Amino acid sequence: MRILAALAGLLALTSCKEQRVDVRPSPARLAVFSGAARESEIQPGGSQSQPVVTNPVEGNAYAISEGQRLFNWYNCSGCHANGGGGIGPPLIKQVWTYGGEPANLFDTIIKGRPNGMPAWGGRIPEYQIWQIVAYVRSLNNLEPRTATPARADTLETRPGTIQNEVKGVTK
Amino acid sequence: MKRAAWCLPLLLSACAGPQQSALDPGGSHAQGTANLWWFFSVLLGIIFLLVFGAWLVPLFRRNRGVDSQLLEQTHRPPAATEWTLAKRVGAASGVTVLILFGLLVASIVTGHAVSQPQSRANGMVVEVTGNQWWWYVRYLNDDASRIVVTANEIHIPVGRPVLIRETSNDVIHSFWVPGLQGKTDLIPSRVTTQWIEANQAGRFRGQCAEFCGLQHAHMALWVVAEPEDKFESWMNNQLKTAVPPSTPDQVQGQQIFLNHACVLCHTISGTTAAGQVAPDLSHLASRFTIAAGTLPNTKGNLAGWIGDPQAVKPGNHMATLPLRSEEVQPLVDYLESLQ
Repeated sequence: MRILAALAGLLALTSCKEQRVDVRPSPARLAVFSGAARESEIQPGGSQSQPVVTNPVEGNAYAISEGQRLFNWYNCSGCHANGGGGIGPPLIKQVWTYGGEPANLFDTIIKGRPNGMPAWGGRIPEYQIWQIVAYVRSLNNLEPRTATPARADTLETRPGTIQNEVKGVTK
Repeated sequence: MKRAAWCLPLLLSACAGPQQSALDPGGSHAQGTANLWWFFSVLLGIIFLLVFGAWLVPLFRRNRGVDSQLLEQTHRPPAATEWTLAKRVGAASGVTVLILFGLLVASIVTGHAVSQPQSRANGMVVEVTGNQWWWYVRYLNDDASRIVVTANEIHIPVGRPVLIRETSNDVIHSFWVPGLQGKTDLIPSRVTTQWIEANQAGRFRGQCAEFCGLQHAHMALWVVAEPEDKFESWMNNQLKTAVPPSTPDQVQGQQIFLNHACVLCHTISGTTAAGQVAPDLSHLASRFTIAAGTLPNTKGNLAGWIGDPQAVKPGNHMATLPLRSEEVQPLVDYLESLQ
């Protein structure tokens, strides 16, 4: 019986798929384009359907972790803190002024928004914007739990004030 | 087969390159470690030979009439011989303990010696911060205008003790320049230190010695030991603001640099580029490697690195940019003018 259970367990393992991490962005994702989402429902001459733009890295753990790094590297945290907000609005919330869908967040980053959100379009490559979008959505539990780390991959602690003084050493 | 065995030591000798070997010391600290290594190797080698010799002797000795019967029945020695044997084994054990204790003392004495400079006079302090996967280097100075920031290349004057103050921005790394000193870990939120001092001019390769992620193997650095006057002129050059572009190509290259994501992570003094999360490029052309000791610093390598960083160091944090092919040449021209 036990042996059977062990065999079944081993069989179950074979169904585990390692998430494929493609560290090299595809050339199509390098271009910086603008405008992923429509801002208004109303259209003259009857509404036209628009293809829904989805996040190519949605649910990808590596992309979310990269997004977290970029969130600090590009100083998003300077205004939004770690999502709680500061100079800028919080990013952990229910109601999004400009929409909380991936395409809306993409537009917000590319185009900027009134009252202080800078336009990043033309500065950072598209694949990185999608990574940041995935991270921001993960803050709101909008990404699969399995792809969202419980904590950062790296330690965030910094040394206290580094003192230059070393006894007996002149610089 | 025998020939193959003879080749083995040859292979070993290939490990001892002139640039990265603890057995080819370039300073007093590494000399201490190397001496200890030789002391251990020679002493323990002799003991090894003695022990195996003592073991082999009975094997080749003439058979003294013990043939068909079981060994323990015929060859049990008389009580007096047993006592002699016990004394010999006891003496050998005592000598072993003494030797081990001697080795312990030698280790402690050497460990203490290499953790201190011979004299602190005229010393200097260099701060090294580990990042995935490169080294941030800052020369501390009480005069803030004399602080130099660079990456992956540490210049030191020959004969002056240098205190390396280390920490890390992300994960644990380890600073290891075998030709000068042993390893010290770089730990986030802590400051660790080691002293180095070169007693001869030369280049010493260093390597991250604590597994730190995808590109751990490509996280190298160079320590360049040079005479005091050469070091001073290097330092004075690093203190200068980056040279402004002089040719039309370089001017265009600078604009490309400032208009792409480069500007968000890198610093070039005298421009709007002031990013703090990637190596300072103000004097990029003065360094002899790029990508943390991965490639020689040439125009071709730099173009390849910028064009497709993930091909050179898969997983590294440099952004892949939507550069057009005609933009690469001016950009590289500009970067390689930053002496």
